[in-house]
Amino acid sequence: MKTILLPFLTFSESAQGRVVPPSGFTARLTVLTAAAMAFLAVFALALSLATGRLAERWGNELARASTVRISAPEDQVDAQIKAALDVLNTTPGVASARVLSRDEEMALLEPWFGPSLPVDTLPLPALIEVIETAEGYDGEGLRLRLAGEAPGAVLDDHSRWRRPLIKAASRLRFLGYVSLILIAGVTAGMITLAANAALAANAQVIRTLRLVGATDSYIARAFERRFTLRGFTGAVIGAFFGTVAVALLPSAQLEGGFLTGLGFSGLQWFWPCVIPPLAGFVAFLATRFAALQTLRRLM
Amino acid sequence: MIEFHDAGYGYGGRELLTEMTLSLAPGSFHFLTGPSGTGKTTFLKLCYRELQATAGRVSILGQDTRDMGRDEVAQLRRKIGVVHQDCQFLDHLSLGENVALPLTVADRPRDDQDLVDLLAWVGLTEQIKAKPPELSGGERQRAALARAVIMSPDVILADEPTGNVDWEMSLRLLQLLIELNRMGKTVVIATHDMHLIRQAKSQVPARVLRISNRRIQQAGADL
Ligand SMILES: Nc1ncnc2c1ncn2[C@@H]1O[C@H](COP(=O)(O)OP(=O)(O)OP(=O)(O)O)[C@@H](O)[C@H]1O
Ligand SMILES: [Mg+2]
Repeated sequence: MKTILLPFLTFSESAQGRVVPPSGFTARLTVLTAAAMAFLAVFALALSLATGRLAERWGNELARASTVRISAPEDQVDAQIKAALDVLNTTPGVASARVLSRDEEMALLEPWFGPSLPVDTLPLPALIEVIETAEGYDGEGLRLRLAGEAPGAVLDDHSRWRRPLIKAASRLRFLGYVSLILIAGVTAGMITLAANAALAANAQVIRTLRLVGATDSYIARAFERRFTLRGFTGAVIGAFFGTVAVALLPSAQLEGGFLTGLGFSGLQWFWPCVIPPLAGFVAFLATRFAALQTLRRLM
Repeated sequence: MIEFHDAGYGYGGRELLTEMTLSLAPGSFHFLTGPSGTGKTTFLKLCYRELQATAGRVSILGQDTRDMGRDEVAQLRRKIGVVHQDCQFLDHLSLGENVALPLTVADRPRDDQDLVDLLAWVGLTEQIKAKPPELSGGERQRAALARAVIMSPDVILADEPTGNVDWEMSLRLLQLLIELNRMGKTVVIATHDMHLIRQAKSQVPARVLRISNRRIQQAGADL
């Protein structure tokens, strides 16, 4: 006996596997459906992982995206900074607001002007870093209030337009997961139907097995073994082609990274390998459930 | 071994067997006779709990059949060898595999030499690889007997085991059952064949149960 991957999945021409006659057509149909479902599962998985990556990256960029710049006559700067901070600290959706020190400002400017910037001689505007909560603030409202309280304050929130996209990406990831669950459910349902058909077709065989002392779980195992193997085999085929198809997608790494490649990255390529054992497990559970139910009924 | 206490059975409310009180002692040898349709097969089915008594109580190997779980029934069947009147086989397996089926489903190892010896005894050595549909009625019946005894059960219930075989083969099968009985096994044979009963009585203290008027009676010595 050769055991592969799963303990309950033993490849063998053992007597137990053979007590139920082979059934060509439903067998092939089960393998085919499992393959199709695994193929779809690879795409749902790719979608979930890619949108997850996207949402995470954009979210990180967004977290420290906004600044308020104060450009005012020298004698008003401190008053306006204070006014702007008051506004920000009372704005819902703002987690914190903090005046950047001169060193921090220089660090921000360095990429553009190089380290030898004669910063002391430059009239740098004061910058307030705004960190948002997860819900975010109302940009227009904040802009209006700032205009009223601190006329020299300019809200710079140029990356905030991505916020709805992040929401969409998260929603898409969620839908991807829902699809995976649905695919597992459909697979389980389909295997249950196939197993029920096989049990019904073998009612006479089951009767004979019972007469010679076979327990329900013995008979159920004979069917489980089969459908687990079929679900697994089909899923291997489907997952393989699905992964190849994802690998062949044009890499959509556009400038600016608006679209990340809709595929897997790095270790994520191992995720499709999880699909066949999972399909086998789903098939195993579905068949066991169907068999024990039916056997109880077929007294 | 098997006890009936005022047991009865009816298909769909129509009473077929009633007021059966009897006990099949360990090591006993019984024949069961009666006209066709009187319930011989039904009685045997009560003995291996294919059917459950609709009245009274039946206990098999010390177990009350009423409160037996499904797995207990399966375990029970392994201790009772049954030759079914309609000889059910798995048509996709060879005769040898069919005869060894009780061992297979009990996850017991199968000794191929024992299987060959057993098949030789019922004269089916040649057919070991044949599929059941390719066998004659008599061959199937002999195979059914071989399958019934392969687990070395305590009780052997045979429903017309000689229905389709010639006299010589009947005697041979009877001889096998008598041998088993001498080894201490309880044997019940349903049959119409009075010659067979007489033949057996000359070798073992066989008793005859007769079904008549919906009841089971011990037939007299005269038969
Ligand atoms: N599953 C069933 N449902 C309804 N009636 C049945 C069923 N099985 C048997 N019967 C009826 O019960 C009666 C007894 O049947 P049984 O098979 O026990 O007779 P038998 O004595 O073995 O007959 P034979 O000698 O022909 O084998 C018959 O009248 C038969 O029609
Ligand atoms: Mg009968």
